[in-house]
Amino acid sequence: MRPLTELETKTFFEKLAKYIGRNITHLIDRGDETYCFRLHRDRVYYVSESVMRKATSVGRDQLISLGICFGKFTKTGKFRMHVTCLDYIAQYAKHKVWIKPNGEMPFLYGNHVVKAHIGRVTEDTPEHQGVIVYSMTDVPLGFGVTARSTSDTRKMEPTAIVVFHQADIGEYLRQEDTLF
Amino acid sequence: MAGRPTSKKATAKAPQAVAPKNNKRKVAAPIEASSKKVKVAAGTSKTSGKAKNGKAAAKSSKNAVEDSEDDDESWAYGAVSESESDVGELDDEFVSAEEGSDIEVGALDDDFLGDEFADSGDDVKGSGTAMFDSDDEDGKGDDDVEGEAEEDIFASDSEDSDDDDMETKSRKLDAAKKAEAEEAEAELQTNIMLENDKYVLPEDDHEILQSTDLQVVQARIQEIVRVLNNFREMREGNRSRNDYISQLLKDLCLYYGYNEYLMEKLFYIFPVSEAIEFFEANEVPRPVTIRTNTLKTRRRELAQALINRGVNLDPIGKWSKVGLQVFDSPVPIGATPEYLAGHYMLQAASSFLPVMALAPQEHERILDMASAPGGKSTYIAALLKNTGMVFANDANKDRTKSLVANIHRLGVKNAVVCNYDGREFPGVIGGFDRVLLDAPCSGTGVISKDASVKTNKSEQDFQMLSQLQKELVLSAIDSVDAGSKTGGYIVYSTCSVTVDENEDVVNYALKKRPNVKLVSTGLDFGKEGFTRYREKVFHPSISFTRRYYPHMHNMDGFYVAKFKKISNKIPKKNEDNADLDEEEEFTPITENSGRRSRGGKKNTGSESNPEEPEKIAFNADEDEELIKVSQAKLLRAQKGIKLRPKKST
Repeated sequence: MRPLTELETKTFFEKLAKYIGRNITHLIDRGDETYCFRLHRDRVYYVSESVMRKATSVGRDQLISLGICFGKFTKTGKFRMHVTCLDYIAQYAKHKVWIKPNGEMPFLYGNHVVKAHIGRVTEDTPEHQGVIVYSMTDVPLGFGVTARSTSDTRKMEPTAIVVFHQADIGEYLRQEDTLF
Repeated sequence: MAGRPTSKKATAKAPQAVAPKNNKRKVAAPIEASSKKVKVAAGTSKTSGKAKNGKAAAKSSKNAVEDSEDDDESWAYGAVSESESDVGELDDEFVSAEEGSDIEVGALDDDFLGDEFADSGDDVKGSGTAMFDSDDEDGKGDDDVEGEAEEDIFASDSEDSDDDDMETKSRKLDAAKKAEAEEAEAELQTNIMLENDKYVLPEDDHEILQSTDLQVVQARIQEIVRVLNNFREMREGNRSRNDYISQLLKDLCLYYGYNEYLMEKLFYIFPVSEAIEFFEANEVPRPVTIRTNTLKTRRRELAQALINRGVNLDPIGKWSKVGLQVFDSPVPIGATPEYLAGHYMLQAASSFLPVMALAPQEHERILDMASAPGGKSTYIAALLKNTGMVFANDANKDRTKSLVANIHRLGVKNAVVCNYDGREFPGVIGGFDRVLLDAPCSGTGVISKDASVKTNKSEQDFQMLSQLQKELVLSAIDSVDAGSKTGGYIVYSTCSVTVDENEDVVNYALKKRPNVKLVSTGLDFGKEGFTRYREKVFHPSISFTRRYYPHMHNMDGFYVAKFKKISNKIPKKNEDNADLDEEEEFTPITENSGRRSRGGKKNTGSESNPEEPEKIAFNADEDEELIKVSQAKLLRAQKGIKLRPKKST
């Protein structure tokens, strides 16, 4: 467990900014408690400082996880967001997509979101923007990247893909072995 | 005399035929009773929509799901339909009457029913059937009205709901039903009473082997139980109780498929007929229960969301505010979007108990020693409301994956997951406010879930497990900080019913750590732990611990004990390790040997303690003499200095 290096921080924040933009500051400067990002076995954990201090007494090999895992660095040095961070990024998300009940299950099985399933979209979402996918009852289901901007979406066919799938909460079941 | 045995056999047949039925009823009874209680509890959460219950009952479940406006009704639907089926179990004939009546309700006008219902709710107080009354007695006024009102629907439906007649008719129906039940009971009774002859035990093994037909075995079990329940009069000749019991054990092994060692272990925990109920209950699956994750949602909202998916559910009981019992579901309950979003956790009712006993307070630091797959850990975190921190430990690395998954899914943000052997605590980190130890166990309480326990547990396994449990409970106790302002508690639990793994372990902990005492678990139901069992006698405070049985509480067999740590020092023992008065922190596995050798060293070393001179200083004369002698010794040891012989001094 160690703090992130400068390069890692840069890669990580660039990725994170795709979803929550400047709201990253809210993650770092919190009113209640000091929180920090820590790297442990290529994974980035977001955890309060008090918990982190206690966790230092656990050996490196025995420490499995602490706080919330945001994602991991791949072998090529890129950062990959995991669905586990959904709680936090949903809280600060800038652009959102709501999908209809009939689109929930296809998305939770790892499919892209087609236009027919879209219930609502945040206005002015540009192309290739990270978005959080919600169900109509405002339950965050996952996140993805828009294929088109909101205005372009209007002209598309119902079967066309609007949001590329990146992560969904179905992964808790599908990828339990590889995710953690 | 030749004729006598045959007649004996003929009469013996009769109770055999009746007895199984009787037995079934007995088994069903506790389950029904418990689910009925649930119903009444369900009533409390209904406030506005209660007048529409009748409507909901009439609807098919599909209808209920179709209309999202009907949330309230469909919520009620679960409750009403269930109590119907309860009645059905109790009395077959009554069901047919009710089924007919259901259809009629369907035909009725909704508004009309609603009105009538509202009226009856007020009027009908005290009219409910015996069945509901018994449950309601301990309930509050609110429940009373509702419980009876629900029942009222059934009774009144049979005629086209004349407001005035309804009450009297329902009373009549109830009376008739009661009388019938009594009659049936009486019939059974007389049959048995008439049948007062003695049951002959099969003589040789040959005969036993021949009768592998399960029905014969079952009949024999019934007979022997009957004899054992009234041994003085029913025994045959001068056969001892042991003869009967050994035969019974053999038959039970054969009938239920246990190995003999385990059968004997379990059999002696209960009185004879209760033991049979226990084995019978182990063949029936427990209800599926879920726990609302209060970090993300509330029970009411969750119930609504699941009912919209067509799930039939009810609150679990009065004792839990977060539990829901699922009766049936058209969708896999472990893969709904709500499940994936972390709104609930699939968790057995029994595993709520240790956490409720632990009663974590906000801002505490809590250790869960054997936590995978995280049902209890996440419950603790939910009670902490994500404040403080939870150390979730598990010794099995593979199982930590599901633990981490569940912790993240349920949105627990203050957890640390580690993979230690529990016995390494508090070496890793100690000073916790509370510790939960849900010890690895033989699983004799969850045989209905995993029947392999029946055959694969041997004496060695039990010895190994209870050894491990004893070590774990000591390290759990040592990991707690007694000086904690809010805490200082340890909860020990197992999903096993055997005494070796429960009372024996707790008793051992009390003996080895006099700085802890047992306190009430805070759970208002469950049986008290044994203070004595067969040849063993335990500490009287073990009656504070609680046992749960599948046949009694309709949840897995379970055991919960709660300790309070009084001080961090382990007080003096009066026996061989009396010299031990400092606090110790080492793994208990080497405890006895380690303690003694350490203590021994201390003992020899303590003679030249810095405290010693002080004591001696009181006696100045002696002191001077001693000093002189030692100085002389010192001088003598040095080269080149010659001392005169003693005369000079």
